[in-house]
Amino acid sequence: MKIFPLVSNLNLPIAICKDTGRPSWGLPFGRARRRSALSPSSRLPPAPRRTQVKAGAAEVAEDTQRTAFLLRKQWTLYSVTPLYRFSEAHLRDYSRLLSAFVAAEKKKGLAVEIGGELDIKVSVTSLPDLKGSDRDQAAILVQLSSRSSASPKNSEEKVIWSGWFCCVAGDELSENLPEAFTCLPLFLVNGAESNTAIVGTWFQKTFDCCFRRLSLSPFNLSWMAAMWTGCKVDKPASATELVFSVPRLPHPLHISYAINLEDAQALWATIQKTPGEITQEEVDVFMDCLYSHFYRHFKIHLSATKLVKVSTAVASAHCDGIIKFRQSQYLTGVLMLLTELAICQIQ
Amino acid sequence: MEQSQSSKTSKRPLQFRDTNQTDMSAWRKKGRTDPENSVLDHQPPNDQKDDNEQDSLEEAFRYFEEVQDRVSLKNSILQKHLTAVESVALQRGLPPEGFNVLLDVALSGKFGDAVNTRILRSLIPASVVPEDSVVSSVSWLCVSKCSGNVQLLFLKWLITVFDFIDHKEQLNALYGFFFSFLQEEKMCPFVCHLLYLLTRKENVKPFRVRRLLDLQAKMGTQPYLQALLSLYKLFCPELVTITLPRKMKAYFRDPEGPWKAAINTVRQRNQENTQVARPLFLGTAQPQSQKRKWNTQISIPASSTNKINFEEDREKKCIDLHSTNESFPVEQLQTFSQLLQNIHRLEFPSQMGSVLTNPLLLHYMNCFKDESVNLRLYYWMEQTLQQECTWCVVDNSQYEEEFKNFLETVYETECFLQEGFSSCEEFLYKSLPLWDGFCCRSQILRFVSWIPLRSSSEIKSHLYNPLAQLFFTSSLYFKCSVLESLKELLQNWLNCQVTRLDSESDSEVHSSNTTLSGLVNTIAELIHFVGWISTVALRLESNHTFLLHFILDFYETVCDMYLRYDLPLLIMPPPRVFYAVLLGMDSVNLNQLCYIMHRYRTNLVTAKENELSKKKILQFKFSNQTYQEYNKYLTAMVGCLWTSNVFQKDIHPQGIAMDDELLKKTEVPDFKNSFNIVCHPALMSYAFFYLQQAFPDNTTVDFSLIKGKEWNRYLEYLYLQGLDGLKVFIESSVKRISQASHSKSGNV
Repeated sequence: MKIFPLVSNLNLPIAICKDTGRPSWGLPFGRARRRSALSPSSRLPPAPRRTQVKAGAAEVAEDTQRTAFLLRKQWTLYSVTPLYRFSEAHLRDYSRLLSAFVAAEKKKGLAVEIGGELDIKVSVTSLPDLKGSDRDQAAILVQLSSRSSASPKNSEEKVIWSGWFCCVAGDELSENLPEAFTCLPLFLVNGAESNTAIVGTWFQKTFDCCFRRLSLSPFNLSWMAAMWTGCKVDKPASATELVFSVPRLPHPLHISYAINLEDAQALWATIQKTPGEITQEEVDVFMDCLYSHFYRHFKIHLSATKLVKVSTAVASAHCDGIIKFRQSQYLTGVLMLLTELAICQIQ
Repeated sequence: MEQSQSSKTSKRPLQFRDTNQTDMSAWRKKGRTDPENSVLDHQPPNDQKDDNEQDSLEEAFRYFEEVQDRVSLKNSILQKHLTAVESVALQRGLPPEGFNVLLDVALSGKFGDAVNTRILRSLIPASVVPEDSVVSSVSWLCVSKCSGNVQLLFLKWLITVFDFIDHKEQLNALYGFFFSFLQEEKMCPFVCHLLYLLTRKENVKPFRVRRLLDLQAKMGTQPYLQALLSLYKLFCPELVTITLPRKMKAYFRDPEGPWKAAINTVRQRNQENTQVARPLFLGTAQPQSQKRKWNTQISIPASSTNKINFEEDREKKCIDLHSTNESFPVEQLQTFSQLLQNIHRLEFPSQMGSVLTNPLLLHYMNCFKDESVNLRLYYWMEQTLQQECTWCVVDNSQYEEEFKNFLETVYETECFLQEGFSSCEEFLYKSLPLWDGFCCRSQILRFVSWIPLRSSSEIKSHLYNPLAQLFFTSSLYFKCSVLESLKELLQNWLNCQVTRLDSESDSEVHSSNTTLSGLVNTIAELIHFVGWISTVALRLESNHTFLLHFILDFYETVCDMYLRYDLPLLIMPPPRVFYAVLLGMDSVNLNQLCYIMHRYRTNLVTAKENELSKKKILQFKFSNQTYQEYNKYLTAMVGCLWTSNVFQKDIHPQGIAMDDELLKKTEVPDFKNSFNIVCHPALMSYAFFYLQQAFPDNTTVDFSLIKGKEWNRYLEYLYLQGLDGLKVFIESSVKRISQASHSKSGNV
C-alpha cells in the first residue's frame, strides 16, 4: 500500500523564512553531550540536545571533490570497537597482507604467496578529509578491485567492494583510550557480504576489534527526519519521504508518507526555537504534527506503526542500518551523528 | 628464514580453510581438550537407545579386533556388526578409539573388497582421527594386502578427514612413502593432493623436484602435478625453475566419496540443541537478521601470536635473529613451567578473547595488569554478549545452547580470576530488564554473583529493581536461586573487600577512588535488599521451609562480617524472617537460627570490647540500635526456647507479646509452656522420641516429665541429634543469661 497525502493541504500558520541566498554550510547537528566511558548515562538514548557546528566553506568545497565517490551509494553500517595497534604508517603493509588473506580465502586450501600477483587487488588508504576535528583519526578506505583476466597487464581495475572506517567528532570515545588503540568506531560497507566477511575477519584477527551491525531505531530515525529537514540544499530536491511498517500483520504493509520539501521545512521552521540547536521536544512536536496531519486525511495513527525509513534531500536512512548520502556538504554532519550512534553501541 | 616466515603465515591458515573442514576446527579443538572426547560420552545418559547402540558398537569393535579368518559377507554376525558400525557412524560419528581397529581390518585384506569398502565408507569421525591409526594404515598400504580400489578409497578418505587428524608429525615423517606412491598412475592425483596438504619446507628436496618433473614429462601437464610443483616453488623458488601458469581454476578434483556430507550431518546433529518456543518479539531496536551474519557466531578465537611482518622490519629481523629477547609464541605455551620460564618474553595473543579457554594465559593476565589488555577483553566480551544475547536480539533464540556455553565459559573465567568483568556487569544491566527469568537462568544468576563491588547508585536501578520484579513473580525455586546467587555476591564482595584492605595496609600510596564508607554502604544496601525481598517472599510462599533455608544461608554470612571479613557492619535479619524461623515447624532452620544468633553475639561482643578498649580509633562503630535489636531478638528467643515466657517477655514491636487476658481467651491450656525446647513445634518430635527412649514403659506421652535433671539429659540428647547450633546458642547465651543481658543493657 502506498499513500501519498496531498501535501498542499498542509496549512502553515507562519511564513517560511527567506533563504539568504548564500548556501549554508552549517552542519545539521553537532557533538552530543559528553558521556564518560562506563557511566550510567552511556546507556541513555542519544543526547536530548544537539548543537550545530559551522565549518569553513573552503574546507568543505575541497572535501566535496575527494569524497564525491561516497555519495549516492548504499552503505551498510557497522560499529567497530577500537583497533588495537593499528598504525597509519603501515597502510601499505596492511594492503599487502590483506590481499594475501583475501586471495587465500577465495582459493580455499591452496597456498598463496604474500605480495604475489593476485586476481583481486586490495588497497588500504587514508581519507584525511573525513574527520570532524584534528583530534579525530583520519578515515581509512579499504577497496577490493578485480582485474579482468583477459589482459592482466593493462586492463582497468574495477572496484568490486569498498568499506571505510571513520570517526567524526568521536572525542568522547578516543580521549579515554590508551595510546595503543585507534578509534574508528564507524564502518561503512558497499559490496558483497562475502567480501565484508573476509575483510572484517582480517581486521578482527589483526587488530582485535569487533564488528557489529549498527541498526537505526525509530527514535533515531525521527531525529534524522527532523534534523535533515532543517538543512538547506541548493539544488531543487526531492520530497521528504517517511516509510512506516505496520506491525503484527500476516503480510507486511508499508505506508509511504511523502512531504513536499518546502512544506516540511516550513513546518520545521515554526517548531525550531533556537536556530542551530535541536531538542527532543522539538523533534517530538515535528513528528506529532506530521502524524496528526496524516490522521486527518487517512484516519491512520502513524504513531502506532514503526518508522523504518527516512529519505530526505540530505541523506536517506533505513532502520536496518543502511544509509545513502546525497549532499556532500552534509557528509561530515551525517557522519557525526552516525559516529555518535556507533560509539553508543560499543560503550 | 625470511622465506619460511612468509610462507608460514601465508600457508598455515589456508589448509584449514579447505571446504567444510574450516568451521570444524573449533569443534575438533574441543574434542582435543577433553580427554574423553568421543561424542558418545556427550550423549544424555538416560537415553536407553544410545546405550544400546554404544554396547553394540563396542561389541562390533571387539569382533573386528578378534576376527581371524576370512568371513563371507553373507555371514550374519558380520552383517550385524557392520550394520551397527554404519548406523552409529552415520548418526553420531565414530569415537577416536574405533579408527585403529576398523582401518586395520579394512586394509589388512582379511575380508573381501565389498566389506572393506563398507568399513571405509563408514569412517566418519565424531571428533578426531588419531594419528597412530593413520600411520599404521599407511604401513598396511605399503605391504599391498588390499586391492587397488580399496587403496584409492583410503586415500580419498585420508584427504577428506585430513584436518581431523589430531597430530601430523609422524604422518609427515612418512612423506617419502607417500611420495613413492606417485608412480601408481591411478593413485597419482590423490597422492599429489595428499602431498600438497602434507608438504612442509623441509620436504622439498631436489630429487623430489626432479621426480615430479619427470612425471610431468611422462604424463603431460596435469593440474595436480602443477599444484604440487607450485607449492614446491613457493617454498624453494631456487629448486623449481620452470614457469608455471599463474592461474589455475582447480588444481584438485574433489575427492568425492561419501564422507563429506555425512560429516556435516553428524556435526550438525551433535551440535543441535532442543528447539525452544520462540519468545515474543520485544520492541527493542535490534537488527532483524534473516540469517546469521558473518560476525555473529560465538567463537572464542584460538590463541595465536600477534605478529605482522612489515616489509621494513624484515631486514631488521634478519639482524637480530640471534638476539635472545625474541618473544615466545603463545601457540607453544603448553605447560605451567613454560609459562614460568618465558613469562618475561610472552606476548598476549592477537585476539584477547582467546584467553578464556587458556588457563595459562589467564594466570599470565592475572599477574600482568595492563589497561589495554583489559580493554581489549572488555570490548570483545561486551560486543559478543550483546550481539549473541538470546532474548535481546530477535532470531537468536535458536542459538540458546551456544550462548549458554559461552556464558558458562565466561563465568568459569571469572571464578578462575576471582574477579568480575565489567563487561558482564554492563551486559546484566542492559539485559535484565528484558529477561524472562527462564532463558539461561543458572548462567545469568551466576553472573550476578560476580558483579564487581563499587560504591555506586547504579546497582539499585539496574540490578535490584529488575531482579525484584522477576523475583516476586517467579516460582519458589527461582526465588531460592536468586537468594543463593545474592549470597555468593555478598561473599565475593566481602572477599574483595578483605583483599582491598590488605593491599591498602601494604601501601598507603595506593588509594582507590572508592572510600570504605561507600563500599560499606553498597554492602549494606545489598543486605537490606535481601531482607526486603525475603520478607515479601515469605509472605508470598507462606513461610516455605526451603525458602527459609536459603534466607538463613544468606544471614549466616551476614552475621559474621565483622569477625571474618573485618567489616564494621552488622545487620540483623528482619523480624519477618526471624519470627518465621523461631516459630516454625522445622528444626533444621531453627538450629541454623540458633547458630546465627550465636555468631551475632560473638561479633557484637568483640566489637563492644574493641570499642571499650579503644585499641585503635575506630572509624565506624555499631549503632546502639543494632545492639538493642539483637537484645530484643535474644529475649524472644530465650523466652521461646528456655524460660517458657515468650508471650510475656517479647519486647520487639513486631514480636508476639500478648496480654494474659488475651491468651486466656484462646483457651489453650498451659499456654506458658507451649514454647520451650520440649514443646516447641520444631522440637516436639525430638521430645517424643526422647520420652520413648527414657521411659519405655510409659504408654502415654507426658512432656512434663522432662524437667530438672531430665531436662539436662534431654538437652544432651538434642545435642547428640546434631543440633549443634542450638548447643552453641544455649551454651553461650542461656547459661549466663542473667549476667549477659545485664552487661549488655549496661553497655547499651
